[in-house]
Amino acid sequence: MSEKEGSGLVPESRLRDSGKPAPGDDSRGELASSARHEPSREAERSEGKGRVGGGASGMGTLPGFPSEIDRRVLLRVGVTAAIATGAVALGLGLRARDGQSKKKTLPKIKDHRVDKVAGAVELAIVRGPDAAANVRRAVEAVGGMGRFVKRGERVVIKPNIGWNRLPEQAANTNPDVVAEVVRLVAAAGAGKIWVTDVSVNTAEQCFARSGIEKAAKAAGATVVRPDATAFREVDVSGKLLKTGDVLFPFVDADRVINVPVVKQHGLSGATMAMKNWYGVLGGQRVKLHQDIHLSIVDLAAMVKPTLTIMDATRILLANGPTGGSLADVKQMDTIAVSTDEVALDAFGAGLLGLSPADIGFIVEGMKAGLGTMQWRNLKTEELG
Amino acid sequence: MFLWIRRAYQAVFLLFFLFLIFATTSLYIRGYDVQWFLELDPLVALTTALSSHVLHHTLVWSLPLIVLTLVFGRFFCSWMCPMGVLHHVLGHLGRKRKVLERMKQNVPRPSHKIKYAILAVMLGLAAAGSVQIGLLDPIASTWRGLSVSLLPAASNTAYGLYQGERHFQWGTFITIVFFGALALNFVYPRFYCRVLCPLGAFLGLLSKFSLFRISKDLSRCNDCDVCGADCQGAADPQGTVRATECMVCLNCTKGCKRGGIAYRFLPALKLTKVETDLSRRKWITAGVAGVAAVPVMRASDGVDPRPNPARIRPPGALDEPDFLAKCLKCDACMKVCPTGGLQPALYEAGLEGFWSPILIPRIGYCEHSCTLCGQVCPTGAITHLKVADKVGDMPARPPVRIGSAFFDKGRCLPWGYGTECIVCEEVCPTSPKAIYFKLETITARDGKQKTLKFPYVDLDHCTGCGICETRCPVVDRAGVRVSAANESRSPKSSISLSGGKI
Repeated sequence: MSEKEGSGLVPESRLRDSGKPAPGDDSRGELASSARHEPSREAERSEGKGRVGGGASGMGTLPGFPSEIDRRVLLRVGVTAAIATGAVALGLGLRARDGQSKKKTLPKIKDHRVDKVAGAVELAIVRGPDAAANVRRAVEAVGGMGRFVKRGERVVIKPNIGWNRLPEQAANTNPDVVAEVVRLVAAAGAGKIWVTDVSVNTAEQCFARSGIEKAAKAAGATVVRPDATAFREVDVSGKLLKTGDVLFPFVDADRVINVPVVKQHGLSGATMAMKNWYGVLGGQRVKLHQDIHLSIVDLAAMVKPTLTIMDATRILLANGPTGGSLADVKQMDTIAVSTDEVALDAFGAGLLGLSPADIGFIVEGMKAGLGTMQWRNLKTEELG
Repeated sequence: MFLWIRRAYQAVFLLFFLFLIFATTSLYIRGYDVQWFLELDPLVALTTALSSHVLHHTLVWSLPLIVLTLVFGRFFCSWMCPMGVLHHVLGHLGRKRKVLERMKQNVPRPSHKIKYAILAVMLGLAAAGSVQIGLLDPIASTWRGLSVSLLPAASNTAYGLYQGERHFQWGTFITIVFFGALALNFVYPRFYCRVLCPLGAFLGLLSKFSLFRISKDLSRCNDCDVCGADCQGAADPQGTVRATECMVCLNCTKGCKRGGIAYRFLPALKLTKVETDLSRRKWITAGVAGVAAVPVMRASDGVDPRPNPARIRPPGALDEPDFLAKCLKCDACMKVCPTGGLQPALYEAGLEGFWSPILIPRIGYCEHSCTLCGQVCPTGAITHLKVADKVGDMPARPPVRIGSAFFDKGRCLPWGYGTECIVCEEVCPTSPKAIYFKLETITARDGKQKTLKFPYVDLDHCTGCGICETRCPVVDRAGVRVSAANESRSPKSSISLSGGKI
């Protein structure tokens, strides 16, 4: 079939070919060829007119109707005008003197704290062989999870999942502790529970080998890995840090629960509660090392957590924060809970054999009004 | 009906291949034998066995394919080969409309014997100790083409949701080569398979002996030649069918209305042609050229005498000559590397090591307790280490070292600028840390005394993992950098005397 059609087309295409200028022809050739085409176009037009004009010939158009040529001219002028207008409008819309796109207002992370309750225990320290039971008792001692998380609230839990290490190496928060916190928050009726961190090593391996992903999921949390879509730029307005990319749950959540582990840290002395906020940041956060103490305080002031549940089940005494050798790990079987991060860090420093007054970010954090390093002055309950 | 069975096989094997590539990430790999197609590849088995004198245990998968080819002919090309499927589809797009023109596209051409010369060169190279088969092998090519260029591009476009942000040096070049090979189908269908593919050549040689063959029933044939219209291998079914070129696509049987051509068990020998067009003299010349190329390449770049500091091999890689005798450059190790630090070498490992894996720590480091590159290596060029062996237990058992870190004191923040930093010490994964610091007091520009932490490297503990270089806040060229020196795979690379070898 198609061959027949094809063969029917042959003479026409040959005609067209013959009208093309031969290679090497100059513009006269083109002129000549277009001239040669003219009669056939004319013929087409007169045919068309014949249809439009209902048999009228010669002058061709009915009175009042634009001729086909006029319509075509109008259409072309219209299209050209539209493109020109569009180009000018787009150009004016995009113009910027400084080469930057338009500024946007950045969101701020809200204050996640709850109101103080007069007479309530401010710091609970629980020792015992069962880490999950320690968490339950300590949270109960400071008023129960219901004091911090209301029904339907969205809660983000921030363990330390920084390193590609196993739980017994104590470089990450104990997975049993994280799971128990998730269960308590779920029991308080939270509408959404995220567990997240920005790992230093490969995130998927840290989340897996720390045991936290599995434990948190089993307890009912949504685990958010720090992939490129997980970050939002926020206004930090700190002393050092002005803006930063943080994991979205910290922007969206109503409540934030910090679940740090206690470790030695080469540069800052120790990493515990306040230092754990490095883990909400994406981007080139290693630059913060140039003034680590002030940047820790900036981050702690940015997040303002609801509650901090400090995991000292196993602590890392040396080669922190990465560890690796079991010889550096000390079994402490301790959980400490408070709303005061500075007090908890001061308490944790003691576990590592350090003096809080020697640790820059603890001193600076107290100066910034984030809490007190005199943890013994707080209303404390110790269970064991 | 047989054609639909063949198409189903092709679709299943292509999807299976894509699934295995997709699963080659630290998140999805589990225990999948993701390299099954390369293990199936008899040419991989043959060349690595020639060059290293051992057959890596996983490569015994190639034996059933050899047996099947001896029975059924070169069916692999149009039933199983993932790149073959792509060629088949694109060849269909590139084919001419009219039957007569298609017949002309599918005639045997003198150029179709080039693949045998390529095979001879590759076997010669392998015999002399250098495996280059992966450059042209269709499975290794498809692995490389998809995993080092197309998938990362797709993943990066999708905000890194699949495997994070990935960049491979000169990946575009790999894309051009791979898609260029596919685009040759628009010259004529299956150009690559007919002219270049060394695996096709090898399977073609085996098909000389195949029991089942396409053959004509001359009593029924009326010489209409329609059988050749869609012949994938240009095996000349119109004339004397060439057993070495026939890909058993069975398209010829569809064209023939008279039953004049069919796939038969043990047809009369005179009905098929089993000789390749390459003369014995050319076979030998090509093989000798391959053998001779190895000392020439080694006289140029050398394997040992002057190693490139950037030639940082993956953990568990064999010593360089043994490594080059096994590495296919399939680039699966780069696909699975969780940090994306393993990269296709350009000049770093000499011409012989082109596209072989090197670690570029500025892009990504070697994850301390990860041994995935060894897990996916199909030939054992990278040993599948146990985590405990990789990490070691100092001082009793040293770790596997791939290089060493060195400070560039002009670029390091504490050394060069008196600024606090030691990110390198924080992230150093060994215990005790290979990068340690000392408190030292300096006099700043304003004359004030300032005490800060200065980093040092302990070579005995450094594994060369490169996380210090990856994380160093000095952008572009880091203040601490890793070179291949002191890698444990070669005693010649050791710096310190503590290993007891010189």
